[in-house]
Amino acid sequence: MAALSPAENTAATVTATTIDLATSSVRELNAELHAPSAPHYEVLNPRGAHALAAGLHHPVTVDIRGHAGYYCAGMNDGATVTVHGNASTGVAENMMSGSVRVRGDASQSAGATGHGGLLVIEGSASMRCGISMKGIDIVVGGDIGPMSAFMAQAGRLVVCGDAGDGLGDSIYEARVYVRGKVGALGADCVEKPLREEHRAELAELLTAAGLGQGGSVDLGGFRRFGSARQLYHFTAHNSASY
Amino acid sequence: MCGIVGLHLRDPELHPRLGQLLQGMLCHMVERGPDSAGVAVYGDRRRCPEGHAAVSVLLPTGTDPARFAESVRAALPGAPEVLVTGAGDTTVLAAPVPVDDLVAAAGAVDALVVGSGTDLTVYKGTGNPRDLAATYDLANAQGWQGLAHTRMATESAVTPEGCHPFSVGPDQCLVHNGSFANHATIRRELQHEGVRFDSDNDSEVGARFVAARLAAGEDLDKALRALCERFDGFYTLLVTSADGFAVVRDAIACKPAVIAETDAWVAMASEFRALAELPGIDTARIYEPEPERVYAWQR
Repeated sequence: MAALSPAENTAATVTATTIDLATSSVRELNAELHAPSAPHYEVLNPRGAHALAAGLHHPVTVDIRGHAGYYCAGMNDGATVTVHGNASTGVAENMMSGSVRVRGDASQSAGATGHGGLLVIEGSASMRCGISMKGIDIVVGGDIGPMSAFMAQAGRLVVCGDAGDGLGDSIYEARVYVRGKVGALGADCVEKPLREEHRAELAELLTAAGLGQGGSVDLGGFRRFGSARQLYHFTAHNSASY
Repeated sequence: MCGIVGLHLRDPELHPRLGQLLQGMLCHMVERGPDSAGVAVYGDRRRCPEGHAAVSVLLPTGTDPARFAESVRAALPGAPEVLVTGAGDTTVLAAPVPVDDLVAAAGAVDALVVGSGTDLTVYKGTGNPRDLAATYDLANAQGWQGLAHTRMATESAVTPEGCHPFSVGPDQCLVHNGSFANHATIRRELQHEGVRFDSDNDSEVGARFVAARLAAGEDLDKALRALCERFDGFYTLLVTSADGFAVVRDAIACKPAVIAETDAWVAMASEFRALAELPGIDTARIYEPEPERVYAWQR
């Protein structure tokens, strides 16, 4: 699951501007990232602090060396943020564009309400991954917890491991791909055929996430899930039930 | 909100550092619960020497702890020496007598007992948790297990009584982040069975429920599975006993919890940042407890 090659990592580190949160505040970090004077930043000693690299709107690259707290890279618009550790609740929530990578595990509500961009979680994600996603692409190397993709409206969620109960409850037009075991599906979420166009977009997403192996992407075992479209259309003959 | 931290030490070499580590964890959770903070420490021989029982009490305003200790001593058979420690709103007494005798003697002189046992000291108080840690002299506490709670009160008043932990059985503690929906019903049921309550707090109902189960011979794992069956609402709970440490979350699991484990310790906190400075955290196994699954460790 080597997403970034060591060479890329080393090259990036050489030119990085370092901000050490043992001596700087999160406010100072984010102020610099919002009006960047350098193309690449390395953040040391994050120690689970909240709102790291939130609200970025420049195409900078940020490497966070350690575990991140709540809402890391939230509202990201164009930046490339990598957490070299775990991320707490709401990583990349409401992302507009750009990419966010978590090399460890992510807590609840990863990628919540995201409109665009790519979120990669190399480990597993907890509950409510992709809740209310609105166009973001999320690729998870491990498992996702229960209640994921709740009310997911648009975008793609790819899970290489298992998905917990309640997957895709009240889902709209997002597409969900899962390779492993799937718990009980949520209301109005159904399995759908994996057609050629789906295999193509799955290969594209896995490749973009760096989760393909040596250029070839193994799609074996993936299944597609989406909306049965029974819940969100108002139907006149049900009007007495409302 | 509310913040929870707990530390169960497996490596005895860390016992002298329990208080220092717990204080570091607690101070990261101040924003989650700035109105009050409580602490429980297991095995602090400064407060509860070997062969002693200890009680933690809240005294009526204006009561002098030394005079109170004197009254307790007089009420105990044989009038043994009573060790007394004042820690803000909380007073801790210890004496070489059975726990029940010490609880009865303390209760007889108009004090509210908020913790008791042969290994446990409990501290409760209102104010900024960082200041309270100093009031409790937490940094110098020693022991094998401890927990702390920072409270953001929702359903009952900001008072020392309403502060967590709720310690309602010998060497037992419960801290709660969340709110129980059906606590009034369960409170009435327990009252019919003869259980007495000290506060209107919903979390106390959880603690009384668990204490009744443990008294009936169940272990923490079984008691907390029963709690999941019976209680509605939101909860992340950390519950400790004379030899146990357990974590459970409700079915929706919207209240946060992180567990970290190494060969030297098990730690639990509302957020990772409370764990970030523990020795060996870089190689710890870190995970989130799943909904309605009881995670329990025994000494």
